[in-house]
Amino acid sequence: MRVTCTVNGTTRTADDVWEGESLLYVLRERLGLPGSKNACEQGECGSCTVYLDGTAVCACLVAAGQAAGRDVRTVEGLAPEGELDPVQRAFLRAGAVQCGFCTPGLIVSVHDLLARVPHPSDPEIREALAGNLCRCTGYEKIMDAVRLAAGSAEAGGR
Amino acid sequence: MTTTVHAGLVATVTGGVGASPSRPDGRLKVTGEFAFSSDLWADDMLWGATLRSPHPRARITGLDLAPALRIPGVYAVLTHEDVPGRRLYGLEHVDQPVLAADEVRYQGEPIVVVAADHPETARRAVQAIGITYEVLDPVTDPEAALDDARAPRVHADRPNLLRHVPIRRGDPDATAAVVVTGEYEVGMQDQAFLGPESGLAVPAEDGGVDLYIATQWLHVDQQQVAACLGLPADKVRLTLAGVGGAFGAREDLSMQVHACLLALHTGRPVKMVYGREESFFGHVHRHPARLRYEHGADEHGRLVYVKARILLDGGAYASSSGAVVANAATLGIGPYDVPNVVMDAYGLYTNNPPCGAMRGFGAVQACFAYESQMDKLAAALGLDPVEVRVRNALHTGDRMPTGQVVEGPAPVAELLRLVQAKPPAGQADFPPGGTANTTRGEGVVRGVGYGIGIKNVCFSEGFDDYATARVRLELIAGRPAVLVHTAAAEVGQGLVTVQAQIVRTELGVDQVTIAPADTAVGSAGSSSASRQTYMTGGAVRAACQAIRAHLLSRLEGRAPSHRPTYRKGTLPSLEAAGAAVTGSGAAGATAQDGLRLVDGRVVDEDGTVVADVAELLAEGAIEETVQWRHRPTHPLDPETGQGDAHVQYAFAAHRATVDVDTELGLVKVVEIVTAQDVGKAVNPAAVTGQIQGGTAQGLGLALMEEIQVVDGKVRNPSFTDYLLPTIMDMPPMTVDVLELADPHSPYGLRGVGEPPTISSTPAVVAAIRAATGAALTRVPVRPEHIVGV
Repeated sequence: MRVTCTVNGTTRTADDVWEGESLLYVLRERLGLPGSKNACEQGECGSCTVYLDGTAVCACLVAAGQAAGRDVRTVEGLAPEGELDPVQRAFLRAGAVQCGFCTPGLIVSVHDLLARVPHPSDPEIREALAGNLCRCTGYEKIMDAVRLAAGSAEAGGR
Repeated sequence: MTTTVHAGLVATVTGGVGASPSRPDGRLKVTGEFAFSSDLWADDMLWGATLRSPHPRARITGLDLAPALRIPGVYAVLTHEDVPGRRLYGLEHVDQPVLAADEVRYQGEPIVVVAADHPETARRAVQAIGITYEVLDPVTDPEAALDDARAPRVHADRPNLLRHVPIRRGDPDATAAVVVTGEYEVGMQDQAFLGPESGLAVPAEDGGVDLYIATQWLHVDQQQVAACLGLPADKVRLTLAGVGGAFGAREDLSMQVHACLLALHTGRPVKMVYGREESFFGHVHRHPARLRYEHGADEHGRLVYVKARILLDGGAYASSSGAVVANAATLGIGPYDVPNVVMDAYGLYTNNPPCGAMRGFGAVQACFAYESQMDKLAAALGLDPVEVRVRNALHTGDRMPTGQVVEGPAPVAELLRLVQAKPPAGQADFPPGGTANTTRGEGVVRGVGYGIGIKNVCFSEGFDDYATARVRLELIAGRPAVLVHTAAAEVGQGLVTVQAQIVRTELGVDQVTIAPADTAVGSAGSSSASRQTYMTGGAVRAACQAIRAHLLSRLEGRAPSHRPTYRKGTLPSLEAAGAAVTGSGAAGATAQDGLRLVDGRVVDEDGTVVADVAELLAEGAIEETVQWRHRPTHPLDPETGQGDAHVQYAFAAHRATVDVDTELGLVKVVEIVTAQDVGKAVNPAAVTGQIQGGTAQGLGLALMEEIQVVDGKVRNPSFTDYLLPTIMDMPPMTVDVLELADPHSPYGLRGVGEPPTISSTPAVVAAIRAATGAALTRVPVRPEHIVGV
């Protein structure tokens, strides 16, 4: 089948999509956007988190066909080319990146959290990110990154 | 065209040894542009898939590939008969089939590999293969496996006892006033890296293959893959693709040979990416262990003897079990000074999932048992748990049970006192049970527990452990720039950052490029055993020192002569801040001529600029390749376990505070305090990250992480059922870092990655015991162990 959707502001079309393919597969393997990650492919780890019509979802749990005609925003589309979103900058500054496999999904989840709750408490951060597994950091520097992003002057402007 | 791995990480930030510059790969990682091994793509590529045994032990009685071959889009269906070279591989023992021939020895063992034009087509082809088995009774009890009369051999040509390491020190019949005994069990933990096993094999025109792969050691992969393909090593070229975590699980081969076989057979690039379920079968796990300990002490709590027996289930193939057994044995009484030791550690073949390397590598299992014993001893004597540990703490100059003298700093008592002295934990963010409203505080009790552990750093027992670095100093656009080329695997720990920091410190050049790691340069050894900053860091530093000497030799006849003054042990820092780096032996040697390389200039002791590095480089670039070794180690005596087997010891201590819901058996870790000696924090931010992450994996083993194996079969191969600590499970952590220089290591550094994983597990369990009084002899602790149902 053919799937057409808006991805990071651009209309994209994928042909010969098998009905069983996920949005994650189409993004990664057909549209050249491998930023969303494939750690569990069953909605447990959050590494494939993307926006679908403005809602953060696990792209692995969305059938490709369900994304037809809808608006998808991935980690690659959070900031204009050559720039970083404040959340991305905060992850770098806080040292919240080790292997980096959970990072794209976490960044989209944090981006979503701060859009809804600009100044979250620690328990709010933990609850919001409970669906994003990280195996490297023990989450301390991820907490730091979220606090940093929430505290940054530019954080409100997204 | 192939989507290649990064073209070289250019770091333009400043920051030498002791600073915390940003990761050179960080920007790529936060934007999603970093190419992990599962992200690779090539025109015309095929997808590989693997048929695996559903049985832990069976004879293959029939195999029909035709139904798979008939599926449109399928290009190859290969079995053991298609392996052109050696049909077995392995790290220590070559005992594991590339593809099973007649018999399968564990559930998930690969039998057939398929290449097709779509991953779903490949999976369907695997399902279409006709295969029949004669199912055999698996050997699943390691205790029985030890006894030839009670269990058949897992491998017909060898006994089930894979390795026995005995250690005898002092009087085996020593007696003591106070004796505590215990039997403990450690479940099978999974490394659970997030980036699944994956890679891309591209057939080359010369009949060889280029493999882009996530691994911990490119050269040991290359050696094994080449042998199995029947190709010379130079026809099997490996390049490190982005590695999504490792923790030991990428020491053994997974899909490396399979993808290369399929690529060479089809003449097309082949990508293989395991799903999460397959990943649980695709790599080795932490050895489950049964441990029996007897501690004897005098009335003051001073240990007189320790007797211990440790049984490690190695599963179907050897992997690195032999070295794990040696670690469990040699580190098995912990960081304590004990005059009399009788230790026996055993590794067994069974038909359970193969076990091998995981962060902590044998030291983890032992630490849970010996620290539980120390708490038991404290209780028996009415002593504070920290006090009993401090009274027995290992110090510099003491002997390990192997007879090896601990030469470097051994701040065991100091680390314990540090974590003990921290203020008590406050209120938890959440009650046990999280936000599920399982309690409003009724039935919740608090406890505090301690743990301390010991780990060896680098490879041991006489292994020829080395790292290679090629460093080039040249002019780029008129400015000095450095290219570092090693085969060392960046697995997330930050080695790429550290390499550039070392270059800046040694050569005073800001622009440093870390070339992609590949087999075009000599081996760096493994990114394991907490060794890479020590080893590849040491090699990069040595290469820089060689370049420096060459560079300064160009001064002769061009500059006034210098009368060097050697100031032992003090090397002025090359950082902009100018803070002093307290160096050890070799670092001092750098300063021998009294000259420093700072910001692209050669500066003498008075700060006078002697020459521009750019000017000296006008004669040409300088390149040095150095193979660097740590001090030699020695084998253990096979009868007594005596020998200087380890290079360096590292220590960490933890204090855990928990709230326990005694009605439901739920635990919330409220806070973890930890202290670790790292010798020299080459990158303090990365060091903290390692300590926090390692602590989390230890917490996971204490509370939730276990591959549940029943009759040789894994019952929970998914992230739904194998529980990893989430951000809700992890408490705030306080980290204290000591920097007590090791006189033998580069910059005095000590390996950092593993110690935090070792002692956090017993600390968490001790805290639950303190809260509840439950015995808790097994990890992970389950709710029923706490509630007692």
